[in-house]
Amino acid sequence: MTVTNEDISFSPDLTDFIAEWKEKPGNLIMILHKVQEEFGYIPRAAADKVAVLIDVPLAKIYGVITFYHFFKLEKPGVHNIQVCLGTACYMKGGSNIIDELQSLLGISVNEVTADGKFSIEGVRCVGCCGLAPVLVIGNEVFGKVTKDQLPGIIAGFND
Amino acid sequence: METVNIKINGQPVQVPADYNVLQAAKRMNINIPNLCYHPDLPAWAACGICVVKMENSPKMVRACATPVSEGMGIITHDPELHAIRKTVIELILSTHPDDCLKCGRNGSCELQKLAADYGIREQPYEIRLQDIPRDESTPSIILNPEKCIKCGRCAQVCQKLQGVWALEFVGRGDETRIAPAANLSLDDSPCIKCGQCSAHCPVGAIFERDETEMFLNAVNDPEKHVVAQIAPAVRVAIGEAFEMEPGTICTGQTYAALRRLGVDTVFDTNFAADLTIMEEASEFVIRLTKGGELPQITSCCPAWTDYMEKFYTDMIPNFSTAKSPMMMQGAMTKTYYAEKNGIDPKNIYSVAIMPCTAKKFEITRDENMFSSGHQDMDLVLTTRELSRLIKANGIDFMSLPEEEADSLIGAYSGAGTLFGNTGGVMEAALRTAYNLVTGENMEDVNVHVIRGMDGIRKGEVDIKGTKVKVAVAHGMANVSEILEEVREARKNNEEPPYHFIEVMACRGGCIAGGGQPYSTTDNIRDKRIAGLYKDDAMSVVRCSHDNPEIKYIYQDFLDKPLSEKSHHLLHTTYQYRPIYKK
Repeated sequence: MTVTNEDISFSPDLTDFIAEWKEKPGNLIMILHKVQEEFGYIPRAAADKVAVLIDVPLAKIYGVITFYHFFKLEKPGVHNIQVCLGTACYMKGGSNIIDELQSLLGISVNEVTADGKFSIEGVRCVGCCGLAPVLVIGNEVFGKVTKDQLPGIIAGFND
Repeated sequence: METVNIKINGQPVQVPADYNVLQAAKRMNINIPNLCYHPDLPAWAACGICVVKMENSPKMVRACATPVSEGMGIITHDPELHAIRKTVIELILSTHPDDCLKCGRNGSCELQKLAADYGIREQPYEIRLQDIPRDESTPSIILNPEKCIKCGRCAQVCQKLQGVWALEFVGRGDETRIAPAANLSLDDSPCIKCGQCSAHCPVGAIFERDETEMFLNAVNDPEKHVVAQIAPAVRVAIGEAFEMEPGTICTGQTYAALRRLGVDTVFDTNFAADLTIMEEASEFVIRLTKGGELPQITSCCPAWTDYMEKFYTDMIPNFSTAKSPMMMQGAMTKTYYAEKNGIDPKNIYSVAIMPCTAKKFEITRDENMFSSGHQDMDLVLTTRELSRLIKANGIDFMSLPEEEADSLIGAYSGAGTLFGNTGGVMEAALRTAYNLVTGENMEDVNVHVIRGMDGIRKGEVDIKGTKVKVAVAHGMANVSEILEEVREARKNNEEPPYHFIEVMACRGGCIAGGGQPYSTTDNIRDKRIAGLYKDDAMSVVRCSHDNPEIKYIYQDFLDKPLSEKSHHLLHTTYQYRPIYKK
């Protein structure tokens, strides 16, 4: 493999976790969650390394990480803007919010700005439909968002 | 055998307890339509066409994935089921291109047949096609995701039968596709080019690279002297393309057809199979009696060689250095044959008719394939491609006379023909190894202990006091059990558990290779294998070393097995290859 396992190192915490889960049923998804927690996404080199560590074909890992939307194949921006597209938010214009963000940042959904700061992601219900339309950046939730507020919200993270 | 009593459409029937509903209905000559099910693979209920009703239950179940049970009552056909199946077919067709006339599976497509059987005349659903480019990265097979119906047979075969895991379901919903990991091409994936995916695909989503035009260009080029060879397994399968029974031996007709197509000289890969045995058995006897890496492992299957170089690199010293029969025949054609007949080898165009898609990859796999000073083999056509050529050129295959191969490198022994089925290379090698050690032939040349269809077979053969432990594996996924035993013994510094191992990538061996006629099942495998054993039994000469043309080529050209000339022309080397190139 040109992308060798030496190219990426796992934290002791992740390494221990994999060792603990290696033989347990259902280990792959648990381990992939932990990998994404560490890197923010599943880098190819990390997938290669997991494949070797738990003796699972790489194709199986990609089958899983492309099936579940939760797993990301690309490194998200420092600030990943999650726009809710659940039923309530969608009805309240969630997709217009996405369109506006795309034109403000010059990127499409699941892309990252050239400076690596922002990415946009469409997500399903985040559990506060009363605030629709909702967007989430890190731990911060913005409710009843309008297009006009977006430049201000972005500026707040553009330090 | 344990049986259960069930009723199908009101008719009582007793069937084996391990049957599914699909098999039980078949027993009563009732066909339940299906697309994802294949007898080689575990049922997994993807396509939904095989739904049936259970008596006294509103529930419908999928026949392929429903085991029979005592007292079960099943309804396989009624107006409601008919309507449901028709809807499922229409839904599949709404995501499938309708360019059947220009499809490689025109006439052999299982979806096309179902659409015809169900009288599909309209398209009630909105057409939604996937726009994904073809993967043409390997010399052997082409993946056309646009035609894929997501039945999953290819991925199942690649993973479960072959243990390769080049293909997997990627994505979800209407973006699902079957592809290698990480957006890679097949050529960058672990794919071993065996083509079992193409042999199991019900539609035109994976197929062999069609090179029939290159053949036609060559035979129509007056500058080119076209030489052809046919592999052992081709002769017992090609007849199926012309409505003959599987296993019918069509050696002479195939030679005749090639001549009608414009081939100048027709040889038989079986001759080179005998040559392979001379080299490989000599190599084995040296390892056995004088010391060397044991077990010796056969190397004539290019898909297996590719797999070994990726997954079992530590076994390289165990691999026989003998080239495959096809490559030996190629090397002899452009050296010995050219020399004998005063033909400039650069004008020779050498074509092999093979049951195999990996053979298309093998001819340029490394520099050893250019041992004559030219590319030793120019073209490989699969049995399927040759069948098409014969039909397109108006040749009535059934009524062709049985012709003979050309000499001096065309005659074969019964041992040579056995190369086409699992266990056959081992049997052929043992016949000659026995002679090399003892100076006489086996009393009974039929080595029954290693015949059969079990995925792994182990046995012991007595060469006048020396017990030779042998193992045979077919279906790539079966090889790990044996090789892990070898690794384990090596780790513990113990005697190797086997002296000689034969591996063929495809289940049943080359007779069920990725380039053979469609619809191969174990029943058809058995018939093709029986055809080759019959070809062997009918042969006057049963051992490679007794083939007069083999004796002559050593006397006239090669000197002796493992001579310097043999090493240069008939042997090869192996190298580490990464499982993923990228």
